[in-house]
Amino acid sequence: MNITGQDLILACSAIGAGLAVIAGIGPGIGQGIAAGHGAAAVGRNPGAQGQIMSTMLLGQAVAETTGLYGLLIAMLLLFVKPLVG
Amino acid sequence: MNNAVLLASADDIDFMIHGLFSYELFGQTVWITTSHVCIAIVMMVLIILAIIANRKMAKATEVPDTLQNVIEIVVEFLDGIVKGSMGWSAPKFRNYIGTIFLFILLSNISGIFGLRPPTADYGTTFALGVITFSLIHINQFRYNSLKQIWTDMCSPLPPWLPIWLPINLISEIAVPISLSLRLFANVLSGTVMMALVYGLLKAIAYVWPAALHVYFDLFSGAIQTYVFCMLTMTYISQQMGEEPIKQQN
Repeated sequence: MNITGQDLILACSAIGAGLAVIAGIGPGIGQGIAAGHGAAAVGRNPGAQGQIMSTMLLGQAVAETTGLYGLLIAMLLLFVKPLVG
Repeated sequence: MNNAVLLASADDIDFMIHGLFSYELFGQTVWITTSHVCIAIVMMVLIILAIIANRKMAKATEVPDTLQNVIEIVVEFLDGIVKGSMGWSAPKFRNYIGTIFLFILLSNISGIFGLRPPTADYGTTFALGVITFSLIHINQFRYNSLKQIWTDMCSPLPPWLPIWLPINLISEIAVPISLSLRLFANVLSGTVMMALVYGLLKAIAYVWPAALHVYFDLFSGAIQTYVFCMLTMTYISQQMGEEPIKQQN
């Protein structure tokens, strides 16, 4: 079986995609911290649950962005294949 | 180039955008894609709902019945979130925010009805991001003096030392890009995941994908809709500042 240059690029793209989604670790930790502090805040002040919830979700969604950039890079490598000439 | 290399040679996985037909416009080939059709369907549903709601509210009663109740809940919810995060400028923006909220929400949950969500196309979300960007800057120039804008742009350093100006400009330009990419990537990840489930696990994909639909389409879609509208409102109301003391009506 011959491995052409294009095959090599595809294989390396797949590895690169796998590495790119490691970016998901950061948002995971960040969202967990946000959720933990949100739970603590509700415990201290149950009356403000609605506002705490929306603030927490907003912060988590913003924190999620970096992970989604990693996902996008993986998608680009796998499906758009910018490196294959 | 075939996709079989990358998708474990399962060839009925399909979550791409397809062109339906193309035409020439000023020497450019313009494609009408499945996203356009899905947007048209979403907007048709919205328009029909709006007409029904309008008919219903034209003969509204003191004690609301079912449909009137639902309409009132939706409108009060939208007004509530706009009021909560925009304060005095809420009346100016609740039409726009309500519209994009309903549009993005319906687009995101259209995955349940078998459509490919239009928001999983970067064209759609980038257009929404550009609208937000224009609104932010139109209101920035309307409610701030040029001197104030310059001071904001040079912000951590004094205005006569514009070293931070390029960095602040980049962060302004990053706003619509990150807004649109966030929505796009969230919806796209759900779409890809569902396509993989239905494509690769075709033999056993009965009933239980419903739970995934609830998460990816309903929960994630609703959260992202809320986040997009919240961020739009936050950015706009940041530029509008405090309530003007002397209201000219």
